[in-house]
Amino acid sequence: MDPVVRFRAAVCLLGRFPALAGLDLDVGAGEVVLLSGPNGAGKTTLLRAVAGLVPVVRGEAVVCGHDLRVDRRAVRPHVGLLGHAGGLYPDLTVRENVTFWARAADRGVRPDDALRRAGVDTRTDGIVVDRLSAGQRRRAALAALLVRRPEVWLLDEPHAGLDAEGRDLLDALVTDAAAAGATVLLASHELERATPLATRQVEVAGGAAVEMVDVVTVIGGVPHVA
Amino acid sequence: MWHDALLVAGKDLRIEARSRVGLNQVVPFAVLVLVLFAFALDPDQDVLVKAAAGLFWVAVLLATLLAVQRSAGLESGDGIPDALRLSGLDPAGIFLGKAAAVAVQLVVLEIVLGVGVVVLYGVDISGIGILAATMVAATIGLAASGTLYGVLAGGLRVRETLLPLLLLPVVAPVLIAATRASEAALTGLSVDVAPGDWLGLLAAFAAIYLAFGVVAYGTLLEDS
Repeated sequence: MDPVVRFRAAVCLLGRFPALAGLDLDVGAGEVVLLSGPNGAGKTTLLRAVAGLVPVVRGEAVVCGHDLRVDRRAVRPHVGLLGHAGGLYPDLTVRENVTFWARAADRGVRPDDALRRAGVDTRTDGIVVDRLSAGQRRRAALAALLVRRPEVWLLDEPHAGLDAEGRDLLDALVTDAAAAGATVLLASHELERATPLATRQVEVAGGAAVEMVDVVTVIGGVPHVA
Repeated sequence: MWHDALLVAGKDLRIEARSRVGLNQVVPFAVLVLVLFAFALDPDQDVLVKAAAGLFWVAVLLATLLAVQRSAGLESGDGIPDALRLSGLDPAGIFLGKAAAVAVQLVVLEIVLGVGVVVLYGVDISGIGILAATMVAATIGLAASGTLYGVLAGGLRVRETLLPLLLLPVVAPVLIAATRASEAALTGLSVDVAPGDWLGLLAAFAAIYLAFGVVAYGTLLEDS
């Protein structure tokens, strides 16, 4: 079966700086790949490139069967990105934000369901985003991701700002999504938290080398590092 | 495209209704401009009446800059440009929706300013039909061109200062045509060129920028 994400010698430039410089990566359906590496290694650029937000100027880059070098916009309906910024309108309530993105995506997901699954407190879903705490905004952004029903989940430091309950909830959502066949790329510095989620860990270094550090297999729901 | 346009317009108008930036800042600013013109020209009431159409549209133009900056600013928040690109919304629909929301705000503003020129300048409106047609055509042109240049400047740190530099020269024909078209209606004076000719120019400007926006907005959104 063809991988959902296939990068070969992929190069992405930020200005004239090669943020990805010949990166190789294959990710299959149902995999949860943890991207680790120091700041500036290229993890965020890799996630944005997979989302079709950053052009791949050299090499091969195919996501969900779409060649990003031919038309990187074509892949966008298939991916969901939870980045450092939430992508929420500060003057709209959580519910209004999630409803807007649900109608935009038009994937048939009810905003109420997404809010519930993301653990958004019903007391806060009528409050404008500007007045929410960082953790509440993160949950709202997660709900906005869920209404897209993405085939590829791109999570950039997803645990940041979440409380213990929120982290557990996020982990459960990621596990469920992978079990349902979604592909998950997760960039994180919180390796203790993120490693048990992953089926594979990939070290990104200098945007140039991608090293398979270790492999995690899930046996009977319990992760084991090989 | 129309579904997306309605969705975006509804979102922008909801934000404006809640934040009341237009009501509390843009409208008072435009009225203040009218008042300052009245102060400057007060000793000569005739000049004020003769210049009423031009002063009205200058006030509209300056307020348009604020409305457009606000509209573009809504889409430059944390992560929103990426979310919009990933959203699946048709860029043409985003453009039309944002332009429609700006147009609705400008129409409200023009009605308030219309009352303002009557009260402050002592103008006697004689051609409400021509005035209404001028308002509609000019508003569409201003909203379309403003939305287009708003996204062009949107990704830049200097957008607040760059947008007026980009937009004001472009909308100069709207200022001229709208002033000439509404001159007779606002001042009761005879004009050399029939208002219909100026209305044609306004309609052409609006059509060109609407068409250009529908085609180009997606590319500009990518680069913003």
